[in-house]
Amino acid sequence: MNCREVRQLLSPYSDGELTPDQDAKVEQHLLECEECSQQEKSLQSVRMAISSAALYYEAPASLRQRIEATRLPIDRGGFRISLQWVTAAAGVFLLVGASAALGMLWPEQKPTADDELAHLIVANHMRSMQVDHLTDKESHESQTLLSWFQKKIGFSPLIPDLSQVGYELTGGRLDYLPDHPVAGLVYNRGSHVVNIFTWTANSFEDKPLTRLVCQGFRLRHWQRLGMSYWVVSDLNDQESDKFAKVYERYSRKILPLRLRSSDVFKIP
Amino acid sequence: MKPDERGRFEQATLPHLDAAYNLARWFTQNEHASEDIVQEAFYRAARYFRSFRGGDGRAWFLSVVRRASLAWLEKQRMQAGVAFKEDVHDRGDETSNPEILAIRKSDDEIVRQALEELPPELREVIALRELEGLSYQEIAIVIEAPMGTVMSRLSRGRERLQRRLSRCHEGRTT
Repeated sequence: MNCREVRQLLSPYSDGELTPDQDAKVEQHLLECEECSQQEKSLQSVRMAISSAALYYEAPASLRQRIEATRLPIDRGGFRISLQWVTAAAGVFLLVGASAALGMLWPEQKPTADDELAHLIVANHMRSMQVDHLTDKESHESQTLLSWFQKKIGFSPLIPDLSQVGYELTGGRLDYLPDHPVAGLVYNRGSHVVNIFTWTANSFEDKPLTRLVCQGFRLRHWQRLGMSYWVVSDLNDQESDKFAKVYERYSRKILPLRLRSSDVFKIP
Repeated sequence: MKPDERGRFEQATLPHLDAAYNLARWFTQNEHASEDIVQEAFYRAARYFRSFRGGDGRAWFLSVVRRASLAWLEKQRMQAGVAFKEDVHDRGDETSNPEILAIRKSDDEIVRQALEELPPELREVIALRELEGLSYQEIAIVIEAPMGTVMSRLSRGRERLQRRLSRCHEGRTT
């Protein structure tokens, strides 16, 4: 190790943060090099000066009083979640009833492949809303869910953190379409549950955003970089668009660089 | 928040109130704002308490405090018409006359002033390391940056303090 390398490591050396190997090399060099050794002593004296000076600001009593008087927000968790599920499930049954009634009044159109898929997606969404089936793996952390999906399903969906824009990540779920498993991600917006289903598509062709309504649920579907995405929720049209947009935008930030394409996701 | 949950939350955060205030104070250098920031962070931390995985609450709580401090700093700089960049910009060391300083002030005051003259992103890592005694890994959690960044910012911060203080010292003895 030369002097320049050693100088760069002096600071972590003095903190005891080097690997044993690096630590031994720096120590050896300091025994042999007067200049570096001086430098190290000077660093030590600066550290001493800082830690011995009265620089610590303790929290004033007024702050403690304010903190104790702070009314804390209600955490979304525990009992409240199950209440949400019950309300959501009740909503589902109402909507199913309503759409069945409408079905009787309006003549049926010939379903497309997307329509059929939409039915399956909505069925999955509704199953997920039944009490205790929202998530297989509950977590707010993308990293935890990523490794869980990797183990369960063999691919990692994009799981952006959307909490800053008002969607809380709640967990992940393994779901099935007739011929393949799909990753289900669950985000919450207030009492609304947003399910996003994603799987590896048959083609690498990008498909623009498509809107569908099925049994009272708004669906958004698109395909990008070889992945198929279906979003389903009881959010209104505008908010469903917004979620799709936000999910895409934030996914882009966590995409590996080489996969990023320059075109912008546009709501048609 | 239910009473038992509030209890757990307070156990995770209240012992670190001094650490929280000290960080906000050194990072923002504003006595009045620091109290508001810590209170705001306490409130925000409660909202995200479920993301806390147990163990030592210090690094977790400090990262919330740090975010709130950064938001405050950004707002200040926006109002001042200067965009806040997290990159370190050299403010130069020629801002004050070390000889005069050395004569007028005690050692503690010289050290305090030298630390105050560092840019916030160097000041905060020094405060977390030297005043709070956090490990590099804990600092990385608090400032949400890789360990390599922690290491280089600490090195740079210390080098500047070293230059600054040794000039003061020369100024006094000659």
